[in-house]
Amino acid sequence: MTEFLLILISTVLVNNFVLVQFLGLCPFMGVSNKLESAMGMSLATTFVLTLSSVCSYLVYTYILAPLELTFLRTISFILVIAVVVQFTEMVVHKTSPLLYKVLGIFLPLITTNCAVLGVALLNINKQNNFMESIVYGFGAAVGFSMALVLFSAIRERVAVADVPKPFRGSAIGMVTAGLMSLAFMGFTGLVQF
Amino acid sequence: MALIRVTSPHVHKANRTADVMRLVLLATLPGIAALSFFFGWGTLVQLLWASLLAVGMEAALIKLRRRPVLFYLRDYSAVVTAVLLALAIPPFAPWWLTLVGVFVAIVIAKHLYGGLGQNPFNPAMVAYALLLVSFPVEMTRWAAPTVLLENGTLGLGDTLALIFAGLDPALVDSVTGATPLDALKHRGGLTTEEAWHSIDVLANGVGAWHAVSAGFFMGGVFLLYRKVFTWHIPVSMLATLAVLSTLFFGFAPDQYADPFFHLTVGGTMLGAFFIATDPVTAATSNRGKLYYGAGIGLLIFIIRSWGSYPDAVAFAVLLMNLAAPFIDLYSQPRTYGHAHAKRGLKEDS
Repeated sequence: MTEFLLILISTVLVNNFVLVQFLGLCPFMGVSNKLESAMGMSLATTFVLTLSSVCSYLVYTYILAPLELTFLRTISFILVIAVVVQFTEMVVHKTSPLLYKVLGIFLPLITTNCAVLGVALLNINKQNNFMESIVYGFGAAVGFSMALVLFSAIRERVAVADVPKPFRGSAIGMVTAGLMSLAFMGFTGLVQF
Repeated sequence: MALIRVTSPHVHKANRTADVMRLVLLATLPGIAALSFFFGWGTLVQLLWASLLAVGMEAALIKLRRRPVLFYLRDYSAVVTAVLLALAIPPFAPWWLTLVGVFVAIVIAKHLYGGLGQNPFNPAMVAYALLLVSFPVEMTRWAAPTVLLENGTLGLGDTLALIFAGLDPALVDSVTGATPLDALKHRGGLTTEEAWHSIDVLANGVGAWHAVSAGFFMGGVFLLYRKVFTWHIPVSMLATLAVLSTLFFGFAPDQYADPFFHLTVGGTMLGAFFIATDPVTAATSNRGKLYYGAGIGLLIFIIRSWGSYPDAVAFAVLLMNLAAPFIDLYSQPRTYGHAHAKRGLKEDS
């Protein structure tokens, strides 16, 4: 149990995927203009990230490793992620049209989120077992969601600030992201991973 | 009888920014006095140098943005930022450290966001965190309290030479040492009890830090009395820190520091009354302020006890700064006569 807690603390705070490992920056910058859409993106990403880390673990352990095809892992993980995203989209579309409408374009966009592929590959590199892979994927997703939601709340405030013209929009967003990353450096050393 | 009709506004003295800032500067005086008494001339030199730099940079930036320079300079906000930064960095830090810090605080953390009132992060703490991450050696070399120095502390001339004319390593080593938080963190295999007896700065020097904290506490109470800020943030922050450290100290006194130590050493008091209460970067509603303060207390305890950095006020404040807009959204008081706002997924979004 302690081990899972450590993985969670490590992925959410110490090695936050966005602010410390700099993965998944495209949706972080792209979908953070409004809090509502950031929340939708966070929900969808959490679901997909957890599911895809499980699926890619299964594919690796039971298909790629026995057949000695591990050099194909990147391309097969991309395939797995695309399938999971497509599957999620279909399920959400059928079961909750409201959520589907809210998430809209974000669902297919998750395919291009490098954090998803990053988690799948890191799971293999760290030789996480099945349960650890699930917790690792979930923790990564929670860390991503937290950073995204907090960032979008700040951006809504900065959007109405009197920022000098050359720095408006993405530029000040980048500066803000950098300062957030600086703040997260305070967690260094909490967990040795 | 003719009644004199008086129309609003009835309060004639507006609470101007400059007045508030002057009060804050006034309230730092006991802390500054204690710092200078126990750690030598360094603090005063840093204060003057940082204020000079801050006012210069502020003026240059306002000029660049084609705003009225004198009007903005007179609100004292640049000086307050400079003073808070100068109080936080080590008294014998080299001049360029302060220069980098003030540049980051005034230019990046404040004016890139549009100046006073629009910055999401506390400028002084951004600068402090950046310096701590980038120059850990210079930033952790705090002045040793005068009582621990055999030859007494440096005179004004020597202090100036040390800060501005470059480093004489032997001289620097002779007047600096670890802070109590640093000493307790890097105590090797000692238990807390043993560390208190065997480490010099804990056994004999910790009184200096207590005095400085007492100075900032007095200043903070003065500001509270003058209603510069409400009680919510300092009280919830200090209470959270006290409760957490009491719990952990109660269960494992060998491993953790006692609550009194946590409250009176390091930047706790300065942070609680002068930094966390910054009205721009803190949460705004009273309930939000309670969450905000509690979050800072919690993070300070976590990072101090288990993280790599000895003190955590700057990081804790920055982390809660970045959560403040979110806290604000979810702690808005209900408008009288209206129902609570509905959160969550909406049909029309």
